[in-house]
Amino acid sequence: MAEIITDIISKYNYWAFLILLLMGLHAMISKNNLVKKVLGMSIFQSAIILFYVSIGEKKGATIPILAHGHGTEQVHQTAAQMVAGFVNPLPHVLMLTAIVVGVSTLGVALALIQKIYRVHGTIEEDEILENIKE
Amino acid sequence: MKLVSLVVTLLLGALLLMATADFPDWGDPQSPASLHVSDYYIENSMEQTSVPNFVTSILADYRGYDTMFETTVIFCAGLTVLTLLRRNHRRQKKVVMSRPKRENQDLILTSAARMIAPMMQIFALYVVAHGHHSPGGGFQGGVILGASFILLALAYDLRTILDRLKERRALIMCGIGVAIYAGIGAGCLLLGGNFLDYGVWGKVLGVSPVEARSHGMLGVEIGVAITVMYIMFSLYADLSSGGEMDEGL
Repeated sequence: MAEIITDIISKYNYWAFLILLLMGLHAMISKNNLVKKVLGMSIFQSAIILFYVSIGEKKGATIPILAHGHGTEQVHQTAAQMVAGFVNPLPHVLMLTAIVVGVSTLGVALALIQKIYRVHGTIEEDEILENIKE
Repeated sequence: MKLVSLVVTLLLGALLLMATADFPDWGDPQSPASLHVSDYYIENSMEQTSVPNFVTSILADYRGYDTMFETTVIFCAGLTVLTLLRRNHRRQKKVVMSRPKRENQDLILTSAARMIAPMMQIFALYVVAHGHHSPGGGFQGGVILGASFILLALAYDLRTILDRLKERRALIMCGIGVAIYAGIGAGCLLLGGNFLDYGVWGKVLGVSPVEARSHGMLGVEIGVAITVMYIMFSLYADLSSGGEMDEGL
């Protein structure tokens, strides 16, 4: 029992992102309103971003920037100390670009919803489907 | 639909929870994500590019192609929103209800926005220019710059801001931002290097190839910031007015 509890505590970041991810997925599937669907997609995306950033974390490490830049004590450290001292910068870079794509897709999605509203006069999915059938 | 969705999400949740057992612990330095290429960047980025911020050096140099097409993606998104929404409403019948006319602008709101906006812009310029040495860079600075214009558009109305920041000019500047990025990359080809290999710019700038990489990154970040700023504003202008470019929200 104690093992399971320590397992959960040592992996709590996955639980947090999992809850966010499921919230987003549930909203995307079950909501009838298109704006709420898009919001669900945004929440889903945030969960993925949190997941990536969290796997780059190292215990006791600092942000991936050399303090004071040029020629200070950190430059003289050994390679192993350097690697242990900074969190993994690669997930940060990947997520930086993912955030930008997220904003773009959100913008295009909202524009499409506005266009749908112009044509059908509603953004409820079932009413749009009825409109199309007629 | 709600029931189906709940079953599907809970099933997926259970599956993913089972999978977390195989994942590394929170903050584990030996996690697989941190064992391969990322060490190389941490060890060598300072010597190879003279940029202390590893994130910037990876973003703009090691993964320069990725970031260039990233900038193109947001440029395309801005154009897509424009082509979807922008319209000449003499031709199309208006379906969207017209919004009530705003009478007087709120004095406190406009004064506060007028004071905050220049601060935001100066801070954004700092974030762009100091992105090599501290957290920041082109995307972040560009978003803050764009937000300052959106704040003004919210406090006044969209038309007031569009008088100062013409839609046409905003779109041209978006293109210029991408062109700056691609131009710096193409300049490397002309100077005898590879595409986006900023080191060769040292011959022109009169600095060592390593320092030239840092300067090249700054130029690229400025291009990114210009594109992001104008696209953010153009997205807001299109979405808030439904493509009419009238008073906005």
